[in-house]
Amino acid sequence: MATENNLQSYELMVIFTPVLADEEFKNAQKKVTDFITENGGEMINSNPWGLRSLAYPIDKKTTGLYWVAEYNAPTEVNAKLEIQMNRDENFMRHMITRLDKYAVEYNAKRRNKGADSKNENSAVAAN
Amino acid sequence: MAKQNDIKFLTSTKIEKLPKKYCRFKKMGIKYIDYKDAEFLKKFVNEQGKMLPRRITGNSLKYQRKVAQAIKKARQMALMPYVTDLLK
Repeated sequence: MATENNLQSYELMVIFTPVLADEEFKNAQKKVTDFITENGGEMINSNPWGLRSLAYPIDKKTTGLYWVAEYNAPTEVNAKLEIQMNRDENFMRHMITRLDKYAVEYNAKRRNKGADSKNENSAVAAN
Repeated sequence: MAKQNDIKFLTSTKIEKLPKKYCRFKKMGIKYIDYKDAEFLKKFVNEQGKMLPRRITGNSLKYQRKVAQAIKKARQMALMPYVTDLLK
């Protein structure tokens, strides 16, 4: 929950257009990461899932590049970040979720489990 | 006067006693339901991708709400379909 400096835990999930090259995909992630850190937030975890098929077509595309990031930030950052993301055409869809203490616990546990879960994700992406 | 026990039925009257439903989240101590885990959330939808009611899942109200939220988020992010056929 809220810690000092009014930081809140959030989780961001973005679907990028599948046309992005690896380099562009990384740059787009970096842009968001930089934006958060510049505005007094801190990144906790970044997990690119990579290419995945969508459950239904978005913008006439059937696949998307998924990226999940966990961060702590002051509350006003999100509104600014959303404006940025809405402007950029590479962001097909994004969602910011506020994490409660159980969610933070869950994510930390999942991370500590280590490489297995990450491999799983990439395996899913490969399919 | 026939007693209750003396009455014989041609076919045995089986009244099945179903095992009592329980809330799996309460029982297993799960506090957070992850919207990213679509495979898990599939347990709470039917073949058309519609959410199952509490009557069937047996979830407590608190966790049914959380499941519903998680499913809706998963749908938004295209991890789960809104409508489909033969999901399972």
